[in-house]
Amino acid sequence: MIEEKKTSKTRLDFQTKWEYSPAPESTDHIQLKDQYNLFINGKFVEPEEGRYFDSINPASEDKLASVAMATEADVNKAVKAARDAYNKIWSKITAKDRGKYIFRIARLIQERAREFAVIESLDGGKPIRESRDVDIPLVAAHFFYYAGWADKLKYAFPGRDPKPLGVAGQIIPWNFPLLMAAWKIAPALATGNTVVIKPAETTPLTALKLAEIIQEADLPPGVVNIITGAGKTGEALVKHADVNKIAFTGSTEVGKIIQKTLAGTDKKYSLELGGKGANIIFEDAAIDQAVEGIINAIFFNQGHVCCAGSRLFVQESVAEEVIAKLKDRMGTLIVGDPLDKNTDIGAINSKAQLDKINELIESGINEGGEIFQSGCDLPAHGYWCRPTLFQEVSQSHRIVQEEIFGPVLTIQTFRTPDEAITKANNTPYGLSGGIWTDKGSKIFNTGSKIRAGVMWSNTFNKFDATSPFGGYKESGMGREGGLHGLLPYLELK
Amino acid sequence: MSERVNVLKTYKLYINGAFPRSESGRYFIINDKSGKQLANMCRASRKDFRNAVVAARKAFDGWMSRSAYNRGQILYRIAEMMEGRKNQFVDELVSQGHSKNKAQKEVEASIDRFIYYAGWSDKYQQVFGTVNPVASPHFNFSMPEPTGVVVASAPDDQPLISLSTLIAVTIVGGNTCIVLASELKPLTAITLAEVLNSSDVPAGVVNILTGYREELISHFSSHMDVNSIWYTNGDKKNRKLIQENASKNVKRVHFTTFDDWTKEAAENPYLIQDFQEIKTTWHPVGI
Repeated sequence: MIEEKKTSKTRLDFQTKWEYSPAPESTDHIQLKDQYNLFINGKFVEPEEGRYFDSINPASEDKLASVAMATEADVNKAVKAARDAYNKIWSKITAKDRGKYIFRIARLIQERAREFAVIESLDGGKPIRESRDVDIPLVAAHFFYYAGWADKLKYAFPGRDPKPLGVAGQIIPWNFPLLMAAWKIAPALATGNTVVIKPAETTPLTALKLAEIIQEADLPPGVVNIITGAGKTGEALVKHADVNKIAFTGSTEVGKIIQKTLAGTDKKYSLELGGKGANIIFEDAAIDQAVEGIINAIFFNQGHVCCAGSRLFVQESVAEEVIAKLKDRMGTLIVGDPLDKNTDIGAINSKAQLDKINELIESGINEGGEIFQSGCDLPAHGYWCRPTLFQEVSQSHRIVQEEIFGPVLTIQTFRTPDEAITKANNTPYGLSGGIWTDKGSKIFNTGSKIRAGVMWSNTFNKFDATSPFGGYKESGMGREGGLHGLLPYLELK
Repeated sequence: MSERVNVLKTYKLYINGAFPRSESGRYFIINDKSGKQLANMCRASRKDFRNAVVAARKAFDGWMSRSAYNRGQILYRIAEMMEGRKNQFVDELVSQGHSKNKAQKEVEASIDRFIYYAGWSDKYQQVFGTVNPVASPHFNFSMPEPTGVVVASAPDDQPLISLSTLIAVTIVGGNTCIVLASELKPLTAITLAEVLNSSDVPAGVVNILTGYREELISHFSSHMDVNSIWYTNGDKKNRKLIQENASKNVKRVHFTTFDDWTKEAAENPYLIQDFQEIKTTWHPVGI
């Protein structure tokens, strides 16, 4: 029920509470086991040391399932399975057949899309609206896109003969669990490599469900191996002598450790690391659209997005209007049950991540930032963070420099395009940027000067299988998606 | 009649469009085959290198913003200027041990190498760029952009053709560079610097150092304002060190070796791509 408006007639009243009836997505059609083993050589096998860890629903703190903890012995087994599959099967079958297996996976995901979306929201905390409309459809699209490349690789690299690398070790983060698995597995398979992939510790379930689909698709055993675990498992994979390539998505901190660890080896690697995206609002932008864009840039997926528009730059002449509208809009965001279709912002992925966000929010306050948080209710259990913004911050503040990976936005103003560009580039990161303006020439001018791999103009946080994604500078190297996404998995002879 | 007393050349560093001596005052001696001294080369220090990075970073925005056509013309101009100095390059290579025939071939190949890459200046973008048919109502395209400041180390053999390739590949793509000349045969590198200095190459776009590779390589690979390092020396022992240092700021590391730098293998646009980043730009399609 919308209560009677008490303030001006032209503006909605955001001070009073808007009631929504709960609209939860049903969970009775999903199939989750109590315990999951490692997926090696086409079968679910128990971990060598017999240890398991729990995967928690961050919205309720309830246990969803226990998951195998892979140790070095398991990593060895998985790499061996991948090597054997590469030597005996995957490098022998035709590229056309390789493609057809990947097409099968794409189709099976589409068939079971809703189940996957629900599990993704349960395990990771993201709103069902996003897992249903963004994550899972993009997963299917990715497999479908790269399936088609399998027998057409020579057209992607004129004058060259592309060859697979062998066994690819892949380590993925918890913010887009299944989507990141798709970004890694699909191009690796299409280019003729076999895979050992490690999902993130807090979000292993959809990857394990993907293992079921891989079985259903009759993919030859060992072509994809899925091993769950934590940092040590990943380390063993990176260090394994029989892995030809490492693909990692995660923090810049860990990315640097991986690059260092791989020094002196001939392993190829690609890194998709952190970001601190600048979102620049010019005075001639369509303000209402820009405000929606700001919301999407920072609050999409609770801000657990490496390419989030976490630094907002607003031209001085419109700053007051933009910030007022932004605060109003933040007041309407619903934080709560990820499975509720009305939910805008779900649960923070883990206790550790929530602690990190809160620590940074505190530093923002201590360093003199002016904080604003929406006044929404938060559920009693689980990990939650209100949409937050900071004004009165400068370039040197920690919250302006460090990746927060949560729903926290910093706002700075600028007078000239050059000032915006200089401030935007004042970061070791270079993953994404946003520009809002009515003028095409400004988009091209500013866009070409921002040192970042993805520029969203009058939009933000859009992704597509055909569109290359990846960073400049300390945001990583190599691209995922599109034609360019093939290159990290090939040697060009 | 007494013979004329020759004027000897002082070989210096090339930083920011100028020819300074090493700030360290250090030098190393290059002899010809018979042991006769050819030159006191500057032994570049860490500080010289840092100055070169400052110059390269400062020059980067301007060089990146030049039109592709303009960059191509400047590379072509380098070739023109080299052609006029052919004999000097040949003499220097011969004095450092090349046969006349080998020297001639290397100089000619070096000139042709600049012309080859000059021609790529406005074409590699079309080979490596894409327009992406996204499923949502957006127009989306991906274009290569230069990685930034690149440090490159030339091999000891074939000192001119290798250095020419390193410079041409990096700057045709809009990068600025600091290159370390062959340690054993450095003379032509400084003569090439003189060519660059009279070829409309803006100051700081190419910086050339001479000195000891073993001393400089750890500074090259650990500098936080260098975006990429290109190591073309065949030895394996520095590779680990370079990679480890590179991880401090996620530098792009490329190891390249050619048995013969004059051959066609060293002519390919994929080398240009190694020093490019792909930027994808989105815009909604609507009214």
